[in-house]
Amino acid sequence: MNALRFLPLVSGLVLAPFLLGVVNRVKAKFGGRTGQPLLQAYFDLFKLLRKGAVYSRTTTWVFRAGPVVGLAAVLGALALLPAGRHAPAAVSFTGDLFLLAYFLGLVRFVTVLAALDTGSAFEGMGASREVQFSALAEPALLVALAALARLTGGLGLTQITSALGPASWEVAGPALALVALALCIVFLAENSRIPVDDPNTHLELTMIHEVMILDHSGPDLAFILYGAALKFWILGALIVNVAVSWIGGGAAITIPAFFAGMLLVSVGVGVVESVMARYRLLKVPRMLWVGVALSVLAFTLIGRFTA
Amino acid sequence: MTDWRNACAIPLAGLADLSVWDFQDCVSVGLMKGAQLLALFGVPARVGGRQDAVAGGHQDAGASEDPDCVRLFAVLGHPGNGTLEPFSTVVKDSFLSLAPIHPQVQLFERELAEKWRVKPQGHPWFKPVRFERPSRDGADLWEAHPAACGTADFFRVGGEEVHEVAVGPVHAGIIEPGHFRFQCHGETVYHLEILLGYQHRGIERALTGGPGPRTLHFMETAAGDTTIGHATAHCQLAEAVFGLAVPPRGRVLRGVALELERMANHIGDLGALAGDVGFLPTQAFCGRIRGDVLNLTARLCGNRFGRGLVRPGGVAFDAEPARVREVVRLLEQALADATGAIDLLWESGSVLARFEGTGPVSAETATRIGLVGPAARACGLSQDVRRDYPCGIWADAPIEVPTLSTGDVFARARIRWEEIRVSAEWILANLADLPDGAVRAPDAPPTAAPWPADTLAVSLTEGWRGRICHAAVTGPDGRFAAYKIVDPSFFNWFGLAQALRDQEISDFPLCNKSFNLSYCGFDL
Repeated sequence: MNALRFLPLVSGLVLAPFLLGVVNRVKAKFGGRTGQPLLQAYFDLFKLLRKGAVYSRTTTWVFRAGPVVGLAAVLGALALLPAGRHAPAAVSFTGDLFLLAYFLGLVRFVTVLAALDTGSAFEGMGASREVQFSALAEPALLVALAALARLTGGLGLTQITSALGPASWEVAGPALALVALALCIVFLAENSRIPVDDPNTHLELTMIHEVMILDHSGPDLAFILYGAALKFWILGALIVNVAVSWIGGGAAITIPAFFAGMLLVSVGVGVVESVMARYRLLKVPRMLWVGVALSVLAFTLIGRFTA
Repeated sequence: MTDWRNACAIPLAGLADLSVWDFQDCVSVGLMKGAQLLALFGVPARVGGRQDAVAGGHQDAGASEDPDCVRLFAVLGHPGNGTLEPFSTVVKDSFLSLAPIHPQVQLFERELAEKWRVKPQGHPWFKPVRFERPSRDGADLWEAHPAACGTADFFRVGGEEVHEVAVGPVHAGIIEPGHFRFQCHGETVYHLEILLGYQHRGIERALTGGPGPRTLHFMETAAGDTTIGHATAHCQLAEAVFGLAVPPRGRVLRGVALELERMANHIGDLGALAGDVGFLPTQAFCGRIRGDVLNLTARLCGNRFGRGLVRPGGVAFDAEPARVREVVRLLEQALADATGAIDLLWESGSVLARFEGTGPVSAETATRIGLVGPAARACGLSQDVRRDYPCGIWADAPIEVPTLSTGDVFARARIRWEEIRVSAEWILANLADLPDGAVRAPDAPPTAAPWPADTLAVSLTEGWRGRICHAAVTGPDGRFAAYKIVDPSFFNWFGLAQALRDQEISDFPLCNKSFNLSYCGFDL
């Protein structure tokens, strides 16, 4: 099993930008376009890494630290993540699911600080929106993780994932489905996807996440984009770890199933973005409340199932 | 008294100067009775004016001889009976502003102040319009005149929790420059102020002393996406002053070009609206279909925007039967494609949720600020130059004028779709029975030839954004003493500012796109 120890970490590092290519390809197909190359995200990253960065005179070290600390935190979160029942995470210990939540919180915190540091009205607005929405997305994520912990009796991501299996679905299938659904909502919100945010828009006034990173350039922007791709992978992996746990069998089945699941999540995001419009900004909290409600319901149900 | 109608040449000798008081009174009473202010502009006082009679008692004797004075012309339109009513007066330094009673006058008055240094006394929001150079010497109405573009006092909302967001003139997308200043509380916009003028090219100034070889080209580029609309308005003027009759075939082809322009722009706008709410399918398809419709215009004249098509006396290019059949076939195809792509909008709940109730303008506000075009029809104002002031083909082949009532983004989107349908039907019906004969009057004078002297000519067209008004005043030598272009954007920018009141700032791009106004058409 030792050989598999670094599989989740390395595959995340290598494959995360590819998923964004899949999303774009699906959207292009729906729009009747050829679409950009599947590997475009990698090309963009390499292009940005070769460029210089421009810093406004009004910014301080906070602005420069944002992308670096943000990327480091995402990497930390990625290291805690298993890839299915038979591929444990590179780092795991009891209680690491709290560290995951805090790592994700830290990413947001430094991004918001860097945005505020620019002193721009746009970035201030974006920061305000980001914080407002994450105040609702975070409880949904934490309660969903707590529900899983309650079901499996473990407080570590690897413990939880390896304990989940076809048997758990027999015991608490509906609750697990609710958890997966709540995680999907958190996933869309945290990754700034439609219907919460539009990653493709050029309209500053409507942006949430994108407007906060307007002033970053060059390698800093590459760090942020790569970090965003990794975040997409991390939150996607949380969904997949729950959703594909009903598949039985050994590592030869569950590990490919995990990667197929990740691909499916990307296709799903592409489909959602193709068939629906963005919500009006002030209606987004309603959707996030649904996420919170679903995870609380799952948590309560699991109490019943395991009693 | 003669009933003046759309595309008329009014001899200045028959137009007596009123006293300023009577002039204001006539305009004010007319507007109260539901007339539309089509144009209000100035010329140096030496131009025009009936020398033998002075109509008002307050008239300053000899004012019309004073080279420092300015003669104002106002043209009212009465949509009920399709008549136009011109007034003129002479002012020296100032006059009493009508804007507090009739907001639709406010921009015209600011324009007069900027161009002619006549101050509208009591104007509620007295600021430059385009930051252009004044046309005569006189007192400085603003501290630094002409001020640098974009320097003006902005309306400010006080309070600690209020924040101000400034957007532009440089934007993230490739669009024209304009400055938008929002006064916000959280996500709510209390007030939006729009400042333009960055695109000011001085078209009206360049036209003074015309017509010349470039006149038509100025018209075709006054607002690049409304080439046919502005060119038609100008050619109607020329035809009115020279008494040219456009042959029936030429009339139909002009109407077809105007409606193709409307269709192309409306389809493009609906695609852009879909893009602004992140709805991909309609966005992607409409962008392509807009191109298909533009290509139809290219089939008629070789240019996608219709440059070089409309000429005084008719159109420059005939369409042989094979070409007409091809246009009909492609138009039917484009309409079918557009129906498929645009119906997705009305069938998708998430899109409707964004469109409905966003950026509403009430019918009352729309009337008071003089909103025009689809934006006005979306508020329930049934007005359309093609029906109210028919001219050319529109007198022979009337067109249906759809209206909606809610005045929100949905209504402004939906009205575009209704108009696309109506225009396509109109084009197909009229191309099916295209009259034979010439397409251009044989006696059309060269474009640079002087026009009849001492004449005020006014013409209106319903461009795709709304009412376009062109007015020309010729001097004794038959050259333009003034050429006034009123693009629909001139009225509608203020409508956009009104629509944003109490809306979310994140809905601004959507509201903006639902009006899709022209910067260069405003800045001229």
